[in-house]
Amino acid sequence: MTKIKSLADLKKMKSDLQSKISLREKSENPEGKVVIRVGMGTSGIASGAKEIMEFLMEETEKRNVDAIVTQTGDMGYSYAEPTVEVKLPDQDPVVFGDVDKKKADNIIEKYIKNGELLDGIIPQNYETIDKK
Amino acid sequence: MLVCGGTGCHASAGELLFENLKKEVQENDLKDEVQVVATGCFGFCEKGPIVKIIPDNTFYVQVKPEDAKELVSEHAIKGRKVKRLLYTDPVKKEQIQDSKHMGFYKKQLRIALRNCGMIDPENIDEYLAADGYEAMGRVLLEMKPEDAIQEVLDAGLRGRGGGGFPTGLKWQIASKNHADQKYVVCNADEGDPGAFMDRSILEGDPHTVLEAMVINGFCINATKGLIYIRAEYPLAIKRLKIAIDQAREYGLLGKDILGSGFDFDVEIRYGAGAFVCGEETALIHSMEGERCEPTFKPPFPAQSGYLGKPTNVNNVETYANIPVIFNKGAKWFASIGTEKSKGTKVFALAGKINNVGLIEVPMGITLREVIFEIGGGIQGGKKFKAVQTGGPSGGCLTDEHLDTPIDFDNLLAVGSMMGSGGMIVMDEDDCMVAVSQFYLEFTVEESCGKCSPCRIGNKRLYELLGKITKGQGTEDDLDNLRNLSDVIKDSSLCGLGQTSPNPVLSTLDNFYEEYLAHVNEQKCFAGQCKELIRYEIIPENCVGCTVCARNCPVNCISGERKQVHTIDQSLCIKCNACMEKCKFNAVTII
Ligand SMILES: Cc1cc2nc3c(=O)[nH]c(=O)nc-3n(C[C@H](O)[C@H](O)[C@H](O)COP(=O)(O)O)c2cc1C
Repeated sequence: MTKIKSLADLKKMKSDLQSKISLREKSENPEGKVVIRVGMGTSGIASGAKEIMEFLMEETEKRNVDAIVTQTGDMGYSYAEPTVEVKLPDQDPVVFGDVDKKKADNIIEKYIKNGELLDGIIPQNYETIDKK
Repeated sequence: MLVCGGTGCHASAGELLFENLKKEVQENDLKDEVQVVATGCFGFCEKGPIVKIIPDNTFYVQVKPEDAKELVSEHAIKGRKVKRLLYTDPVKKEQIQDSKHMGFYKKQLRIALRNCGMIDPENIDEYLAADGYEAMGRVLLEMKPEDAIQEVLDAGLRGRGGGGFPTGLKWQIASKNHADQKYVVCNADEGDPGAFMDRSILEGDPHTVLEAMVINGFCINATKGLIYIRAEYPLAIKRLKIAIDQAREYGLLGKDILGSGFDFDVEIRYGAGAFVCGEETALIHSMEGERCEPTFKPPFPAQSGYLGKPTNVNNVETYANIPVIFNKGAKWFASIGTEKSKGTKVFALAGKINNVGLIEVPMGITLREVIFEIGGGIQGGKKFKAVQTGGPSGGCLTDEHLDTPIDFDNLLAVGSMMGSGGMIVMDEDDCMVAVSQFYLEFTVEESCGKCSPCRIGNKRLYELLGKITKGQGTEDDLDNLRNLSDVIKDSSLCGLGQTSPNPVLSTLDNFYEEYLAHVNEQKCFAGQCKELIRYEIIPENCVGCTVCARNCPVNCISGERKQVHTIDQSLCIKCNACMEKCKFNAVTII
């Protein structure tokens, strides 16, 4: 890694990274990759998020689903851990709660492949600062 | 069609509604076009059952099972909204066409948690893409320390670690104390049982804390930062270490950051996880390798802290707000919240509430909104009794306080406090005497023992409460509880003892009848104090199935098959097993 030496460097790096990251998330993405985020805070991991993440990584690969599986922090829904957020191209992200392997399997087969929603999705109920 | 499957909506016939909608869709041959899905709680239980239609985000409230037909025929088939079921804004009195415009969705606002659940915490690039280190860059290169401090002052940010001291003022004081070396310390001890916001921030967005610490260091001219974290947080520690390494590799920590000429680096220090270690003077002693005992203030850490040098201590959540203040401006930040408490607060909702979890809300929101809307109300449709805020230093509030806007000063005024943001909700089955005994048990264990009021006084409080829960208390004991509490508060050395009687005092104020019932009638209405209750079998309900007798661990239930059973009170240990197992509601608590 090279050092960032000035504020201008930092800003340039940010815009490069932003386009890289938004490319993989935004709808304009021609490849239409799916982004799957697994909530990996202490409570998530305690309720099995690690296994779910491994399962999702292995299975999306095996089943030829073009998805990026990444981890993220605690989403705040402790009552429904493990939680998994799936963002399909062109659509708002959807959060699934209480995800076990069976549900993870359904997420791939039903939601990602067919766009069918599953029982137990968690409605988002907060605002982020950028919308202000 | 998203149908709320939360407990609240279930209680109001949501399940039948769900079935009806499915049936209608099936009968109209829409199975391939319309999907009916049960969701988690929308947190809008007051107006349940809820049905939300996507993609147009129409939000229907108080939908009855018989409305299913109309929803399908009108909305799904003809594409017309069913006006009478739309949500009406209580203030503007107009119908809301889609959920994006509902005030309810604005109840939570994420500033400190903005990146938690959004970015990969182990990848600095994702943090950089989310405006990371930009605030730091601008402060270091374009601002003078006094101007940056002024920005924090103007924002009105107050410490989130419990005390609520104005952060800008703290920085100003530290900046004015000159020394050859100063320190910036992040307090990640998080000792309040039930609170886990600091852990979640460190696990979900560790760089935000590092960025804020550099800004803090620049403002007060300190070049060393220390993070004091409990060893019980291994994941947070791991992510912090990764973050520190990555920031160093990019040159965002270390010498001459971004060519500004300013050096700053961060080290981690581990605590063994005692509550008192979170108190700033005790924390500093612990970092110095001394016993973690508090010392008298003044001198404040800003004057003489770590190794006798001026030291600025701030909490994790406090720091998580700093980059946003610089990115969005003090004015923006100060526009959120109440007059004297700006911005948001993260709460850890727990107890008998449906949506247990971490929430971030603007200051000034009411307890009612938090508990009944965001929290989704009380589990199992039971009655709300009390909410405990502020952990072992806070108090229990009742329905009388539900409409109090939450901020530092309002909570203090009603006998509780913000504390670190624990919020435990209690229902009719919770005995308030037992609750205050629970907190005192914690305090007795966590008192460092240095000063007598805290070491001895809390122990005596705990014993008095024990006497009362056993039905051996008198009204004199209630007076003694209050007097002793006052003495402990007035004469303890540090914040631990100065606040530890709060759970007792607030329950005495708000639930005095419950204490009286314990001492005068030897009764615990919540049925929680074992010595005051008795399990009995109701002869009319008992069919003599022998299940209770077979499950009793001490064999104190006797009776022939098909005969009414009896409990031998002298042997019963009140374990509740018989009541749990009985299918005929034949066991009762008296
Ligand atoms: C008994 C006791 C425990 C405390 N525990 C913590 C803690 O776990 N985390 C924390 O940030 N502050 C804790 N504090 C408050 C700290 O002493 C200090 O006020 C705080 O870290 C300052 O940061 P802030 O101004 O950003 O809130 C505790 C105070 C007392 C009296």
